Amino acid sequence: MTVTVPYDLAVARYEPVIGLETHVELGTLTKMFCGSPVTFGAEPNSAVCPVCLGLPGSLPVINKTAIEYTIRIGLALNCSIATWCRFARKNYFYPDMPKNFQISQYDEPLCTDGFLNIEVDGQEFTIGIERVHLEEDTGKSQHVGTTGRIHGADYSLVDYNRAGIPLVEIVTRPVPGTGALAPAVAKAYVSELRDLLRSLAVSDVRMEQGSLRCDVNTSIAPAGSGEWGTRTETKNVNSLRSVERAVRSEIERQAGVLDEGGRVIQETRHFHEETGKTTSGRSKEEAQDYRYFPEPDLVPVAPSREWVQEIRAALPELPAARRVRLQAEWGLSDLDMTALRNVDALDLVAETVAAGAAPDQARNWWLTELSRHANDTGAELADLAITAEDVAAVIALVAAGQLNNKLARQVVDGVLAGEGSPAEVVAARGLAVVTDTSVLSAAVDDAIAANPDIAAKIADGKVAAAGALVGAVMKATKGQADAASVRQLILERCAANLAAAWSPAGGTSRPLTTLRRILSDLSAVCRRTYVFPQSKRDLPAVESAKVAQFFTERYPDFGVPRRCRSPTVVTSGCKTQRRGRSPLE
Amino acid sequence: MSITRDEVAHLAKLSRLALTEDELDHFAGQLDVIIGAVARVQEVAAAGIPPTTHAANLENVYRDDVIAPPLDADLVLSQAPAAQAARFRVPRILTEE
Repeated sequence: MTVTVPYDLAVARYEPVIGLETHVELGTLTKMFCGSPVTFGAEPNSAVCPVCLGLPGSLPVINKTAIEYTIRIGLALNCSIATWCRFARKNYFYPDMPKNFQISQYDEPLCTDGFLNIEVDGQEFTIGIERVHLEEDTGKSQHVGTTGRIHGADYSLVDYNRAGIPLVEIVTRPVPGTGALAPAVAKAYVSELRDLLRSLAVSDVRMEQGSLRCDVNTSIAPAGSGEWGTRTETKNVNSLRSVERAVRSEIERQAGVLDEGGRVIQETRHFHEETGKTTSGRSKEEAQDYRYFPEPDLVPVAPSREWVQEIRAALPELPAARRVRLQAEWGLSDLDMTALRNVDALDLVAETVAAGAAPDQARNWWLTELSRHANDTGAELADLAITAEDVAAVIALVAAGQLNNKLARQVVDGVLAGEGSPAEVVAARGLAVVTDTSVLSAAVDDAIAANPDIAAKIADGKVAAAGALVGAVMKATKGQADAASVRQLILERCAANLAAAWSPAGGTSRPLTTLRRILSDLSAVCRRTYVFPQSKRDLPAVESAKVAQFFTERYPDFGVPRRCRSPTVVTSGCKTQRRGRSPLE
Repeated sequence: MSITRDEVAHLAKLSRLALTEDELDHFAGQLDVIIGAVARVQEVAAAGIPPTTHAANLENVYRDDVIAPPLDADLVLSQAPAAQAARFRVPRILTEE
């Protein structure tokens, strides 16, 4: 067994070249050459007909939609579209195709010579696309025996439902010059390609269901040699994470082979999810003799330029352009956009915003609470039992003051648990915020009365002590109050008490200092700026009418303060202070 | 244009045909004659004659993407030499290496 070289050491001494072959099952209704339905997870051998079973006398006919989808992909990848091309027979003996051949394209692919730009760590790479061609998928084999693999199997069981589904193969040119970023570049390419295919509505591109599958080619050569090494082709790479791991593991393995003076063998290797390693597959030498020849049962495909132009004109906005537009519309940072892409939440946020939510709120929910939930359950965000509309509804309830953040999380938990829409969960669980001010006022009074020591601290200028009273009120309302509103109420009540007790003739300015602190705290809570006169010279000019009016209106139970200077609102001169009305105006 | 006995042996292997030595001699000779005959087409190839790619002089024969009812699974499997768990049961694919 060859020793592998740690990744950092491997890429310090060797330069990798990667290449990717991606197979995409098209989302047509029917198969490539017959009218059998395209299915996933149907009963075995229930979506087959004489053509896809390869029965004698059956003849294939090309699915026009599959050609259109392939041209659409080619155009989106900046390819040239062939004016004339043919299908070819790829001959091999393997029971996954009942005909003993696969209809594919060989030297005349439908699309050639394009590119796709991707970005890794702020660095842009242009991935050359060599070709995009159309073929048919194969059946699914299960190998029965002690190994569970094709080697050592006693026999195999085949389901032909997948046989004949239109399959597009997208082949990149070799990608040199990525250095240590090679695994990340491979992953970013597949990710961008997936987004592109999804935007084109040609496939559901679900890697876990096999509608997008990757073969990863990797070779390495001594750094600075300017040469390319012998490549291996790793199959079974069926998740974005695996694409990255497969490249990384092949670089480490090949470096080990070369370090020991060996040579890398050109071969197919299999990727194993559990170990993240590759193992040798069948040798390619004879298997590659497929004896391609033009498919005699089909006539050539010659897409007219008018048709290609029509397809081009109907291309939707592509992901790269869309991301730029959305970022500008949402006002999110590059970091946010990358984070959203990494968890595949761009569409979800877009839908949430479309349902009326503020972009930053939509971003918060999908990136934090819902991502955490997806992680905990091992699900994809899009598969969670909550829709973008649900999330937007929760955000709207919070914005309307009907839910606080804590309650909102409980509502989301309820929706995820299948308890219904946010409104239904709020009703069923009784989660609405207590907005009845008389209830809250009473709870505030109770809290002040029950905690005279804390009330005294506040009166003594320790405004932060109000937090303890907020806690008491939240407890009394079973968490169903809005903490910010409670804090505001408490501070206003304390301010009223102090204002009532204070008189300039009383000789002490201490309550005034405290009042000033309380109002500064209120400023933070209400996001407004209240400032008491800073100069003692202003004190004799105390104007109490507005203060009296304010406190009488809001707190009719309290006596009218005899004299008090009205706080002034700073409306200019400091960027961090917000404009607003004083509660005393 | 000709085909050698070795090439015929290689093709027989790829096609999973177990030909005896005598059969190889026999078919190699016959195939060589056939290929020679077909190759004579090249003698009449000329600049003014476009290559024929298909007996039917057609292009762009398509069908619309409309589902046709598939066959009944029981009927399908009744035609299989062996079936198990609603799947075609096939002999071991690769021999031990």
